[in-house]
Amino acid sequence: MTAEHEITLVVNGTARRVRVPGRLLLSDCLRHELGLTGTHVGCEHGVCGCCTVLLDGRPVRSCLTFAVTVDGREITTVEGLAGPDGLSPVQRAFAECHALQCGFCTPGFLCTVTALLKENPAPTDEQVLEGISGNLCRCTGYQNIAKAVHRAAELLAEES
Amino acid sequence: MTTRLFGEPVQRREDPRLLAGLGRYLDDLGSGALAAAFVRSPHAHARIRDIDVTAALDVDGLVAIYTWEDLPERVGRPLPLLIPHPALTHGRTAYPLARDVVRHVGEPVVMVVATDRYLAEDACALIEVDYEPLKPVVGLEEAAHGAALVHEDVPGNVGAHLVQEVPSTTGRGAAEAIEAAPHTLAFRLDIERSASMPLEGRGVYARWDGTDLRVYSSTQTSTSVRMAIAAALGLPLPHVEVIAPDVGGGFGVKIVHPWPEEVLVPWAAMLLGREIKWTEDRREHFISSAHERGQVQHVRVGFDDDGRVLGLDVSILHDHGAYTPYGIIVPIVTSTQLLGPYRIGAYRVEFTAVYTNTVQVTPYRGAGRPQGVFCMERTMDKIARHLGKDRTEVREVNFIRPDEFPYDQGMIFQDGRPLIYDSGDYPRMLRMVKELIGWDDFRPEPGRGIGIGCYVEGTGVGPYEGGHVQITSDGRVHVSTGLTSQGQGHETVFAQIAATELGVPIERISVVTGDTRRFGYAVGTFASRAAVMSGNAIALACAKVREKALRIAAGALEADPADLTISEGLVHVVGAPSASIPLSTVAVLANPLRYAFDEETARATQFSGAAATDRPPVVEGEEPGLEGRDYYSPIRSTFAAGMHAAIVETDPLTAEIKVVRYAVVHDCGRLINPMIVEGQIHGGVAQGIGGALYERMVYDADGQLLNASFMDFLMPYATEVPHIETGHLETPSPLNPLGIKGAGEAGVIPVSAVIASAIEDAEGIEIDRMPISPSELFDLRG
Repeated sequence: MTAEHEITLVVNGTARRVRVPGRLLLSDCLRHELGLTGTHVGCEHGVCGCCTVLLDGRPVRSCLTFAVTVDGREITTVEGLAGPDGLSPVQRAFAECHALQCGFCTPGFLCTVTALLKENPAPTDEQVLEGISGNLCRCTGYQNIAKAVHRAAELLAEES
Repeated sequence: MTTRLFGEPVQRREDPRLLAGLGRYLDDLGSGALAAAFVRSPHAHARIRDIDVTAALDVDGLVAIYTWEDLPERVGRPLPLLIPHPALTHGRTAYPLARDVVRHVGEPVVMVVATDRYLAEDACALIEVDYEPLKPVVGLEEAAHGAALVHEDVPGNVGAHLVQEVPSTTGRGAAEAIEAAPHTLAFRLDIERSASMPLEGRGVYARWDGTDLRVYSSTQTSTSVRMAIAAALGLPLPHVEVIAPDVGGGFGVKIVHPWPEEVLVPWAAMLLGREIKWTEDRREHFISSAHERGQVQHVRVGFDDDGRVLGLDVSILHDHGAYTPYGIIVPIVTSTQLLGPYRIGAYRVEFTAVYTNTVQVTPYRGAGRPQGVFCMERTMDKIARHLGKDRTEVREVNFIRPDEFPYDQGMIFQDGRPLIYDSGDYPRMLRMVKELIGWDDFRPEPGRGIGIGCYVEGTGVGPYEGGHVQITSDGRVHVSTGLTSQGQGHETVFAQIAATELGVPIERISVVTGDTRRFGYAVGTFASRAAVMSGNAIALACAKVREKALRIAAGALEADPADLTISEGLVHVVGAPSASIPLSTVAVLANPLRYAFDEETARATQFSGAAATDRPPVVEGEEPGLEGRDYYSPIRSTFAAGMHAAIVETDPLTAEIKVVRYAVVHDCGRLINPMIVEGQIHGGVAQGIGGALYERMVYDADGQLLNASFMDFLMPYATEVPHIETGHLETPSPLNPLGIKGAGEAGVIPVSAVIASAIEDAEGIEIDRMPISPSELFDLRG
């Protein structure tokens, strides 16, 4: 049987020790071992972006990452985006702009956009489109997602 | 704060949990359940000679392996043909697990249950199935040729054949009318396959406790899945509950039921006495769910000097894939909705639905309409081109006029009822969309063109939906309806309706959909019907509750019910808000309890009140509790409409196609929530752009789906979808109390027609197929 490895992932600020087979995907580890089902799996081949999480602050496809390869690293999932005062500016902007419908792709977008705005707090229209162009959404047509990114940038600016 | 929320852009009530990662989708449930996986056919057409599971038996964590031979008689029967039709003379459905013959790549052959999905797939990989390959039938014309057969007992591969003919007002048939017309055109159109492709695939999770079966399914119809499971497993209906949890998109594919897995997973859960879950992966979704759209159409049209259509004859070859579980709804919709907003002189439409060794065809958003609209709108453009007229002018002369409603198209619609349009204003809509896009000021130039497309969509098909509304003694309002949600915002729009009808703040209202524990009778979410059907049913149920609340409050306030109203959750005398009673107290009074478990109920025990002793505590004709249930069952569908226009640019060298502007004018009657309607339109247009320019299912001659991944099946990203400008027209439906029409599928319907129209304008080349890629356009340039 596949050998198991004991790893520690720092997920949303909490160290989580878990035994995993070498072949276990990070997405499955988060969802099924750690119970963080907010990270979704849409294609398992790295195209749709539903499984995007932040690895040391940068967006990665958790369905293309083996859990053992990120031993000791910091991971932020959608469950870790909200602060003590409630939803993050990015999350609030998505609600305000109707940037989600079925919500399945949303956690991936939220992680992607959170990282995008950290890197570029005031993106242009082009930069927003480019920034979200690695995530698929089948419901919204993206228009309200792009709008929400700009709105989130405004909220972040107001609150900083 | 107001409770009159109908028509307001209320923010969605489902968002906080979905944004926090607290949604509960199918695969988020059942932690610890056993996992199912399937061995699926690698051949498009083959006979199964032998299945050898020996090697798989050594896999650690293996629990069970099932083939068709292991299924009891009842479970092993062919899956139901859900919507029979007299024209579907040779309907065929699959067995839950293949019996002897497989008819498309992806057909399930063996089911494996193991302690986790990785191990279940390990076991699947070790199962050896010996196949004798048979000749596959791939492609519409090959199927129609009938040299090889998909089903041995279906001659010519023809599952269904239907002719519908509507003569002109003078009694002329279409052929005669075309013959006699001053101008005639004949042409062929090709429409390729696409698919719903929700980002969450299908999935089933079943629990059996020895008496009761609870099944969660990522479905568009939990009530019907429940009945199908009870029937297949021989269980009494009250012992089966089916719940659609949060569902990550449907777009049609999840209306089909029962899927093989919806029968097999509960059956195995009962047999093993263990919880079992199956979550579809993306490749499985491509090769074993359902596709749509594929048609070849041959069109003949006759028209006069003004472009008025005198006769139209359309012959459709429809690709049904390997099976017809959902009947022939799609080609029927194409045939009938093809007519769009037009009054056509004489119309004849004929379709032949053929089997091929490919994934079965069932409705995908639009459900046959995009094909029909492509046909009619290409026809309008060709007429305009032939006569040298403006394309909008030709449409205008053919429109049904606003004073002609209700307008009878003389056909039978997909619900088996007359195709009668209830209301609309097409000339005004055309003016609006022309203004929005700037049609009259547009100056075409090489590589830059403008296009238009019009459609009518029958929405809100019956037979019925229901609503239940309960006000509890804490003042909360609990609304439920049986149909399901896949992102349409039902929790919000139905709460808006209840808030408006009851006069209760929306914060106190919760809505549950798709849970048979809460509401057992429903049809499902499809055909842009949820808002029309359940919206009206909930409004009617609210009216019952309201009536009862006013009656009880009238007794308490010693007032006439006619003088009472409800606002902010308080029943009070109109114009005298001081004389009031909260709905929470009315709810207490409505339930003459014997037990006082809290202060509110203490006030209601039959010993505490001043109830009359000369009549029973619950008087005849009354029921305890402040609740109401009602159903809405329409006489026929209500017809929404829309017109889209676009400007495209084509690259002179690479033939790349760029949509520069996209304008939509849409009429879905009264809007419950304009923000949500607009969102539905955006999403529909984006899927339409996919269908017009990118998405197709590429089968090779052996029946292998070559692009069964998101790497190769090109769904639009944000960079491919244009900015969408929208305008709304509201012509209320006279058919239902709220005056609404459906909006869910609308956006996708005319997009291929619009884009083809615009490319044709830019290039001067006739565009007769969808989708069209840059390389195809390049080739067309010659």
